[in-house]
Amino acid sequence: MAGTESEPTGARDASLPARAKIAVTAGKVAAAVSRKAGRGSGSVIGGKVALRLDPDLLATLADHLDVVLVSATNGKTTTTRLIAEALRAAGPVVSNALGANMPAGITSALAGGTDARFGVIEVDEKYLATVARDTHPKAIALLNLSRDQLDRAAETRMMAEKWREGLQDTEAVVIANADDPLVTWAASSCKKVVWVAAGQAWKEDAWSCPACGGVMQRPGDDWFCQECGFRRPNPHWALQGTHVIDPQRGAWPIQLQLPGRANLANATSSAAVAAVFGVSPQVALERMRSVSAVAGRYDVVQYQGRDIRLLLAKNPAGWLETFSLIDGPPAPVLLSVNALDADGTDTSWLWDVDYERLAGHPIFVMGQRKLDLAVRLEVAGLQFHVVDTLEQAVRMAPPGRIEAIANYTAFQQLRKVVAG
Amino acid sequence: MSESSLRVVWVYPDLLSTYGDRGNALVVERRARQRHLNVTRIDVRSDQAIPTSGDIYLIGGGEDRPQRLAAERLRADSGLVRAAENGAIIFGVCAGFQIMGHEFVNDLGEREQGLGLLDVWTTRGEGARCVGDVLADIDPRLGLPQLTGFENHQGVTHLGQGVQPFATVTVGRGNGTGDGTEGAWRDTVFGTYMHGPVLARNPAVADMLIRLALDVNALPPADTTWYDALRAERIAATTRPA
Repeated sequence: MAGTESEPTGARDASLPARAKIAVTAGKVAAAVSRKAGRGSGSVIGGKVALRLDPDLLATLADHLDVVLVSATNGKTTTTRLIAEALRAAGPVVSNALGANMPAGITSALAGGTDARFGVIEVDEKYLATVARDTHPKAIALLNLSRDQLDRAAETRMMAEKWREGLQDTEAVVIANADDPLVTWAASSCKKVVWVAAGQAWKEDAWSCPACGGVMQRPGDDWFCQECGFRRPNPHWALQGTHVIDPQRGAWPIQLQLPGRANLANATSSAAVAAVFGVSPQVALERMRSVSAVAGRYDVVQYQGRDIRLLLAKNPAGWLETFSLIDGPPAPVLLSVNALDADGTDTSWLWDVDYERLAGHPIFVMGQRKLDLAVRLEVAGLQFHVVDTLEQAVRMAPPGRIEAIANYTAFQQLRKVVAG
Repeated sequence: MSESSLRVVWVYPDLLSTYGDRGNALVVERRARQRHLNVTRIDVRSDQAIPTSGDIYLIGGGEDRPQRLAAERLRADSGLVRAAENGAIIFGVCAGFQIMGHEFVNDLGEREQGLGLLDVWTTRGEGARCVGDVLADIDPRLGLPQLTGFENHQGVTHLGQGVQPFATVTVGRGNGTGDGTEGAWRDTVFGTYMHGPVLARNPAVADMLIRLALDVNALPPADTTWYDALRAERIAATTRPA
């Protein structure tokens, strides 16, 4: 089935209970039909069919694996990939590498029929507690929480509360970002926590204390609540510049092909996860170097003779991290924003993004909600061009690699266009 | 006119800034600067005192718990009520609108006292949450074009005798009372459920707030090309049969 990265051997299929075997087979058939019908990889429909036949299938499939769960608002697909690469040093890995991160997609990925030792699984924030209950993970990485699709998602603090309640009895080692107060709140009731100072540039969702509602004090990198004493825990691991600092104060250089501070943070959390399974930071980081693009993100593509770097940014925290990694002016920047169901239909988040930071770049805007972007940029006092197609933007853009930043479905559309 | 200055107070961005509410502050600032006004924007965090000398006060939307915390702190502070008594312009959105009324239902399911700046009270709707694009006709006495915005709320806001509906919906739910009212206003105090942010979708409303603050009948023209294009696109998308 799609979404798996290890070769199907059939070895584990043979050891599955009869009901699980039937469910896996039915899921594969459904996926194949869906693929033939041109409806994508079929991993989600396959997983749905399989789970209907055997509701315990996810638990059965996870039973033989050392499971790692990865959840966050941003960076979960990339971090899942980095952890998977790192853990391959210790054994075969199965992973939902294509980002199908709800129970059906996860089931489908694990049903890949492998003799994997590790299951490295990206989980949608809303399903983390459920998937953790079903898969008995050995480790859970919690990277960050911030506002995302508020027209349909739960409130951000409620998500932290849900994590906190759902994970308090977990036996897993929880690897949590100590620089994110909401993540810290979620993890601090767990039995075994490894704190990582991974940084968090976006601060706007954690000005009130998740524990008591007091106003959070945030001097420098520190944070604490003056009213109840909830404060940043002392980290075991830290990102310092471009180095991972391990709990023994050893410093390990991070050399990624992936750009940006956020990916240095993702690598730091990934090294901390790998260490839980005895993979040293040196080996883990060395293996992470091989990752160049993740599901098309960060990919540099050629289109009409021009280089375009494809960058995905789905919410204000993601845009903030993306602005910090793009080439400086005069690199041309293309922004594309949609508001389809998968993106969230409310575009008001555009006003939480500091587009002022694009001053000096030639800017092109497109996508279904290009006019929302146009007003946003006008109010920011920026010059920009509104275009209908990528081709038009490429034709008008001055020389240089184009940094194309798009939200979810707009990103998928750009990928389709450049693929021809 | 170039002598004039405008103090824009953004109330509690740490609690009430969930739905791009910063946009309302940015649009007022931008529209005022285009008229060569000196603008001072004052962002007041919820552990700071609300200044009473502002010209325009903006209060945004927020999640349920921050809304309760904001109401508690605004009641204890009293700066906003005194500013309103002095004739300041007050513009509240969603949770901010509810706080301006007599009471609303808080995150604990209890009745929480508001500021009483508007004669409205909010109960919790029993039906589905109101989410989606809205079109409405603004109270004709205000002389403003059609209102466009995005709503996302569970509250149902009932209007008393002391206020007028800010607008009447043609698409969407508005106050959720079933009578088509959207928002409320009296004198210089306004409340609405419209996100979007509402002033980016409706620059004429931003201009009205500036006019009221300066106590003038008209402002020099300022370009609205992109706002107009966005409005036309949103109005078409909202009225198009699904």
